[in-house]
Amino acid sequence: MSSVSAVPAIRCANLFKTYSGKPPVEAVRGISFEVRQGECFGVLGPNGAGKTTTIEILEGLRDATSGTAEVLGMQWGSDDAAIRQRIGVSLQETRLSDRLTVGEIVTLFRSFYTTGIDPDEVLQRTSLTEKKSAWFKTLSGGQKQRLAVATALVGDPDLIFLDEPTTGLDPGSRRELWDIVRSFGAAGKTVLLTTHYMEEAEQLCDRVAIFDAGKIISEGSPRELIRSLGSEHVIEFSTDRRLEPQHVVALQAISSVDRIETEDSGYRMSIGVPHVVLPELIKQLTDNNFTLTELATRSASLEDVFVAKTGRHLNDHPPVVADAANVLPG
Amino acid sequence: MHPVYNISLTRLKEFIRRPEAVFWVYFFPILMVLVLGIAFRNQTQEVFSVDVIEGPHSQMLKQHLDESLQIDATIISLEESRKRLRVGKTTLAISAADATDGRSIEYLLDPKRPGAIEARGIVDDQLQSSMGRNDVFTARQTEFDEPGGTFVDFLVPGLLGIGLMGGGMWGVGFAIVDMRIRKLLKRYMATPMRRSDFLISMILSRLVFMVPQVLLLIVVSYFVFDYRVYGNLLAVGVLVSLGALEFAAIGLVVGARARTLETASGLMNLVMLPMWTLCGAFFSYERFPEMFHPLIKLLPLTPIIDSLRGVMMEGESLFSQWPEIAVMAAWTVIPFVVAMTIFRWRD
Ligand SMILES: Nc1ncnc2c1ncn2[C@@H]1O[C@H](COP(=O)(O)OP(=O)(O)OP(=O)(O)O)[C@@H](O)[C@H]1O
Ligand SMILES: [Mg+2]
Repeated sequence: MSSVSAVPAIRCANLFKTYSGKPPVEAVRGISFEVRQGECFGVLGPNGAGKTTTIEILEGLRDATSGTAEVLGMQWGSDDAAIRQRIGVSLQETRLSDRLTVGEIVTLFRSFYTTGIDPDEVLQRTSLTEKKSAWFKTLSGGQKQRLAVATALVGDPDLIFLDEPTTGLDPGSRRELWDIVRSFGAAGKTVLLTTHYMEEAEQLCDRVAIFDAGKIISEGSPRELIRSLGSEHVIEFSTDRRLEPQHVVALQAISSVDRIETEDSGYRMSIGVPHVVLPELIKQLTDNNFTLTELATRSASLEDVFVAKTGRHLNDHPPVVADAANVLPG
Repeated sequence: MHPVYNISLTRLKEFIRRPEAVFWVYFFPILMVLVLGIAFRNQTQEVFSVDVIEGPHSQMLKQHLDESLQIDATIISLEESRKRLRVGKTTLAISAADATDGRSIEYLLDPKRPGAIEARGIVDDQLQSSMGRNDVFTARQTEFDEPGGTFVDFLVPGLLGIGLMGGGMWGVGFAIVDMRIRKLLKRYMATPMRRSDFLISMILSRLVFMVPQVLLLIVVSYFVFDYRVYGNLLAVGVLVSLGALEFAAIGLVVGARARTLETASGLMNLVMLPMWTLCGAFFSYERFPEMFHPLIKLLPLTPIIDSLRGVMMEGESLFSQWPEIAVMAAWTVIPFVVAMTIFRWRD
């Protein structure tokens, strides 16, 4: 394995993609990264960041305007057939055929590959055995996504690309999908996935690249990225009325407080040690006759990395799964 | 199993699991042959109505006309009759001038209306002989009733051609655009599936869909209208397959680039609408001015209908249809090459 691992699963350098049109859209503006074999690599970013464009260039489904893309040590353009035999793909939006059964769809995709896994085995891995003879259109959202992943797995690939595999799924379905991805990765295979959910990236990915406006703004393991923030905890609170500037300055002076940001609904403090900050925060607010209406502390997340880098939030609408927050009584 | 087998099989399954598609493809042509076959069946003794305009001699004229079984004479006012003539309730009105003893007849008719001239001939004949004309010879009539000459004989090949055209447009062109919109085509492109396997499967499944289409139409016409295929069945099979290939290739062009259903149906109508009327499916293109005939014969639908009529109605050999087959071959090869060069595979 070690000698094979020397070749990265994915290597791309200086990818640019401009969609012609009026006006032209510069969707990808200089993307370079490497994914090692056996790694689960997450591409995280808001809508329109260029995630799908990049992943489709790597899947051989789009031509880059410039730059190089290498997959499993092979080049798109010269080894296409060989690459396709060894990768599995789930696109962001594919509608499979409504009136084919789950079993028929997986069997169809299996027939495209010279080697692969038995369709029944794939259905078992994706917990779809019971749905084998159900029409596609009768499946739930989560089952449809698992089937999409099943079609990616049935060729027994060394590398799979999953473009937003869990968008729009409920927490339970999302966890089921994570399990499938984990067990694929456990066999030493490589995963490249895109997601809007920082929590998904933290849970699943060995390394992530945060995309914004066609560029990578941060790259590394989730832990490294969070640590790079300097403050590993966040306190979010809101009060019955707005704080005056002098109150904010006073809060800023508490030791181990990194910074305070004003949000629509309240305030967010990036801090080092919660047990030092919390008593002082409550004391100052009480002294100034503020009433705490909400108070929560949590560990810093990739979301905070994104906010720190861009001053914006990752999602216009927060994800369905809230970050594991431990809410203290106010 | 080979991808071609799997893709074709799933196409067939998708098709038969869609009852409305099955209806349009299989039962609509049957409905057409039933409706048109009954509406335009050959009537042996056609009874037509003749208006006798009120006047001193109208009773006498009616009596003479009533001797014929073919004529249904009614006495009616001039005004009323003009109305009936205008809307086509009757094709012919007659009146006798008052002053004469009924031996000066005037016919009122629109010579452009089908059957009007024929009706005048029959009425004239009836009156002349009934009122005492001496015929110069006697004549007998032998009924000629060979198969192959009814409207249904004419219609079945036309409907087969229409069905093949619709099949290629919907089953290949529209189906490909639908797959492109659903990003399924793109999804296939991410697999090692060979493009040629995909295209072969689309065409192959068309050929399979077509078999019941042809058989049903012929069998139903046989039972309802006593329809017979006059020529060689194998030749019919070869021609129908060529027609299916031809329209599958044209369907590929229609589906080669379109990214919306609107574009696809626009292109399909552009192909189908003119040919429905021009190519002689329901009425002979001989009715169009002769200068247009060479052009009409070069349209893709004309040669399949003409050659099927040649074989099915007139029992001609397959070989004698070579000019039509050549046109069909051109409409297969050229669109196929065009489709391959402009095809949008990835999005
Ligand atoms: N085919 C296309 N033609 C023109 N512009 C496009 C095309 N595809 C994407 N874009 C534009 O390129 C930019 C990047 O799109 P892309 O789909 O790569 O983003 P994304 O990160 O995948 O977003 P999302 O999270 O919404 O899926 C967007 O501004 C988008 O509008
Ligand atoms: Mg996307």
